[in-house]
Amino acid sequence: MIVEARKAKFSEPLKLKGGATLPEFEIAYETYGELNAARSNAVLVCHALNASHHVAGTYADKPDDVGWWDNMVGPGKPLDTNRFFVVGSNYIGSCFGSTGPTSPNPATGKAWGADFPVVTVEDWVAAQARLADRLGIERFAAVMGGSIGAMQALQWSLSFPQRVRHAIVIAATPQLSAQNIAFNEVARQAIMTDPDFHGGHYYEKGVVPRRGLRIARMIGHITYLSDDAMMEKFGRLLRGKSAPGYDFNVDFEIESYLRYQGDKFADYFDANTYLRITKALDYYDPAADFGGDLAAAMARAQANFLVVSFTSDWRFASSRSRAIVKALLDNRRVLSYLEIDAPQGHDAFLMDDARYIGALRAYFGNIEL
Amino acid sequence: MTETEHIARWVVPGARVLDLGCGDGTLLRHLWQTRQAPGYGVEIDDAQVLECIRNDVNVLQMDLEDGLSAFQDGSFDYVVLSETLQTIHHQEALLREMLRVGREAIVSFPNFGFWRARLQIAVGGHMPVSKELPYQWYDTPNVHHCTLVDFEDLCAKLEIRVLERLVLREGKPVSLLPNLLGSLAVYRVSA
Repeated sequence: MIVEARKAKFSEPLKLKGGATLPEFEIAYETYGELNAARSNAVLVCHALNASHHVAGTYADKPDDVGWWDNMVGPGKPLDTNRFFVVGSNYIGSCFGSTGPTSPNPATGKAWGADFPVVTVEDWVAAQARLADRLGIERFAAVMGGSIGAMQALQWSLSFPQRVRHAIVIAATPQLSAQNIAFNEVARQAIMTDPDFHGGHYYEKGVVPRRGLRIARMIGHITYLSDDAMMEKFGRLLRGKSAPGYDFNVDFEIESYLRYQGDKFADYFDANTYLRITKALDYYDPAADFGGDLAAAMARAQANFLVVSFTSDWRFASSRSRAIVKALLDNRRVLSYLEIDAPQGHDAFLMDDARYIGALRAYFGNIEL
Repeated sequence: MTETEHIARWVVPGARVLDLGCGDGTLLRHLWQTRQAPGYGVEIDDAQVLECIRNDVNVLQMDLEDGLSAFQDGSFDYVVLSETLQTIHHQEALLREMLRVGREAIVSFPNFGFWRARLQIAVGGHMPVSKELPYQWYDTPNVHHCTLVDFEDLCAKLEIRVLERLVLREGKPVSLLPNLLGSLAVYRVSA
């Protein structure tokens, strides 16, 4: 499937949850398939931390640049683009095309940098709703996402209950735990204490806080994999040597892998974006306005839900998904919950587990258009 | 008539149903189609959960042994445990939980007192293997078999009231010597 990235510009200011206002913004997005005459077949796919609107397919000029959920979305795939009109949208604050810290600030003409406001999951959803309006989608057949994408799917069901028929919430949590926030804070500290960070104004200095970004990514990566998956993949294998070096160079394969992931990430990801996304995660807590009562918070939701968790996910453990399930049961929502015994950890939501992929195929197959 | 159809006759139209160990969701689908009774199924087996999704039945992949803490008190009219009782380790706890979340419970199980089972042990000297109990002793998921009388004794101990009892053999009701001639028992009980 050859796809094309597009941008939509919105000149109406967007009031953000944190109090700031974005005077104008752009959203980078892609669409696959055709919106039907009844406009009843649209599915919004929300992405996680380091992904983008490039959900599936490849670009004509970049045949190797395959979308991040290409095993899930496309012609004949579980989310079948022969049947559904799929929208992938990049959240605001990102560094992949939607307005974010690297975009020009209309007030100064220079990049926003450190002055770009802190955005929230609620803000992302509000911005996506403008895109839906622009595309003529009054009501999504489904809003779907994994991890941070799942938070957006959940929030869609709360911000716009009438506009979501099915919410597909995968590897989710209704709020970060203290441990989750702690990992985010370590990552942020790594970035902010990098001498090249310059309080977020590093673009004008022509530098990138690479050391901080690398460490942030290395920490993040540890939380995406299960202990078992890491042991299975790397074990205690040594990297290119038959005996330990008794020094501080790379000894183990896992060290090499983390350094590689860190370097790759520092090449393409923006530090100011990383700070903002981790903050958006930390702040997300739909129950906060209801005295911590998630069931009361979920009372607004009208959608049918499919909640999926993975037993080896310790970042957003199955117990966190079961809290969402309980809140939905308390509200007597139409709901199915899958707890898949997959070994990969948090990243399992991107993998080809036959039970998971099969269930999503069956679920989408039953969505009436 | 199938067990599903027998159970459906007990369910009041529009009632809310929780089906524990719901398999592929046949009962829930039948109750929705014939009784407009909405509900949820609980199932642990991956393949069965997938069938439930295919059948467009609300299914929750959970382990019954972990209890029913996901469900509020009195949130269902009926909690069904169909041919699953014998696979549970903590029957007493589960029966109490069923009557906490449901107004009534519907419980069915293969009758270990059925004459064929008795005969296989008494004469053949083997653990019974039959249509209702198709497993060998070493590969069976069944850990706690009981007879009609055993179950009724447990109900008495837990102060559970038996509202209705149906004993079946080949899908047909058995009224004469049910603990001997019935292969499947279905009870409707309340606290």
